[in-house]
Amino acid sequence: MPHFAKPAEGSWTEHYPQLGTGPVSYEDSISPEHYELERRAIFARTWLNVGRVEQLPRVGSYFTKEIDAARTSIVVVRSADDQVRAYYNMCRHRGNKLVWQDYPGEETNGTCRQFTCKYHGWRYSLEGDLTFVQQESEFFDLDKDDYGLAPVRVETWEGFIFVNLDATDTTPLREYLGELGRGLEGYPFDKMTQVYKYRAEVGSNWKLFIDAFTEFYHAPVLHAKQAVSAESQKLQGFGYEALAYKIDGPHGMVSSWGGMSPPKDLDMVKPIERVLHSGLFGPWERAIEIDLPPAVNPARHRAWGIDSFLFFPNFMVLIWAPNWYLTYHYWPTSYNTHIFEGTCYFVPPRNARERLQQELAAVTFKEYSLQDGNTLEATQSMLESRAVNEFPLGDQEIMLRLLHHTAREYVADYQRGAPTPVAIRS
Amino acid sequence: MSTLAADFADLEPFSEWCLEFERERYAKRLSSTMPELQAFYDAAFPRLEAAMEYLDQYQLDALPDDAKHLLWLCYSLVNVSFPAEVWRQPYVPDSGAARINVIVEPAV
Ligand code: FES
Ligand SMILES: [Fe+2]
Repeated sequence: MPHFAKPAEGSWTEHYPQLGTGPVSYEDSISPEHYELERRAIFARTWLNVGRVEQLPRVGSYFTKEIDAARTSIVVVRSADDQVRAYYNMCRHRGNKLVWQDYPGEETNGTCRQFTCKYHGWRYSLEGDLTFVQQESEFFDLDKDDYGLAPVRVETWEGFIFVNLDATDTTPLREYLGELGRGLEGYPFDKMTQVYKYRAEVGSNWKLFIDAFTEFYHAPVLHAKQAVSAESQKLQGFGYEALAYKIDGPHGMVSSWGGMSPPKDLDMVKPIERVLHSGLFGPWERAIEIDLPPAVNPARHRAWGIDSFLFFPNFMVLIWAPNWYLTYHYWPTSYNTHIFEGTCYFVPPRNARERLQQELAAVTFKEYSLQDGNTLEATQSMLESRAVNEFPLGDQEIMLRLLHHTAREYVADYQRGAPTPVAIRS
Repeated sequence: MSTLAADFADLEPFSEWCLEFERERYAKRLSSTMPELQAFYDAAFPRLEAAMEYLDQYQLDALPDDAKHLLWLCYSLVNVSFPAEVWRQPYVPDSGAARINVIVEPAV
């Protein structure tokens, strides 16, 4: 007997018939050839979130982003005219990587007045203009106007900075993010500037980690030991059902209940949570009151606890009922490896008590992620054995169907020669 | 010279847990035995409420050194609460080879 209502079709999955209900092949997660296609079909031509405007607090603030799947590095900067701009991180003289510290492969950030190449000292303004050439008279009819940094399309949405490496894709970011994006507008992301950021190198295909974070079916089992044993047994008996799923084109969301913030029965949570009034769901007392925008808690359910939005391909936003949020990014580095980034954002704490509440939420996030990450490597290794090639997905795993379906469609579009990705609209 | 205010002299034997960065706290947790973690937890956990009361007389961005050390010790307690309260071992069960590192954390 379901605890929460499903669509008239009888299941969430059948409400989105383009997804089908049959078993799903995971060849897209173990095939090096498919990965090569994804690099060009997806990562070289969709809107990718690379950070937030708070990372560029003043003119000259910059950060670099390695986008291995597109075989490139970019530098994002706040220019003198107070614009967020992005360039390929490449010197126009002989192609040296322009901005890096000790290790060219590592991301960096800072503040500067101009960019100076480490190799022969060519300089570029924050607007990307070539402003200085060492021994310019040795060159042949060099017009500096012809050698500015190569720009990358960049747009911001609600303070999130996105780039698109496909100069021919003219879809505006806001349009790309669709109904789910618009439905998040107005959430006070800009007030949540207390940041913890985590990074992990994971031995699995990038989509497998998204799979793990867009279903909660695994939570009562894999994370059983995170709860005290009575609570854990109760959770396993109950299983997991979402309050709602929404799919819009390539993007989707899952809305979930969450009974732990605050818990009904204090015996059900760990001693430290009882003292700090915080846990996985965050501080029990809300730092600020928020009128939730329409995409959040779409079922308007009283037991609502968290929504997870997946903006294709690799960006997730998680909104927690106690008024903080998380982002996840999954940056592929090969068909069976990727870099995972998890970032927690809180309203800056006013005192040590609030600071410790946030510390507990952040540390708890890390403990969970370690369990999630480890399972993925076990999955990847067996998928690669190809002993079994198709897998049944339940109704609570609809987001996995969406992700793998969308990735395959983008690759198919690319192979058909579609000039830019055809927005997959349901 | 003591690390903590006189009110928290009882925690002075655990002052090596006054660590500013999560990476240091987590590394110390992993390199400690369960009896060591338990001893720290058993001493510090009953003092957590008092520590918060003590700390809350200050602005977070203007903590004197002894209070800062106490706050760092509380961060370590949060980190060690997982082995002490649930895992019964220093590392996360079923986490094997997985690693996840903090690359940005709050300044205080
Ligand atoms: S490659 Fe940059 S100045 Fe020569
Ligand atoms: Fe999980």
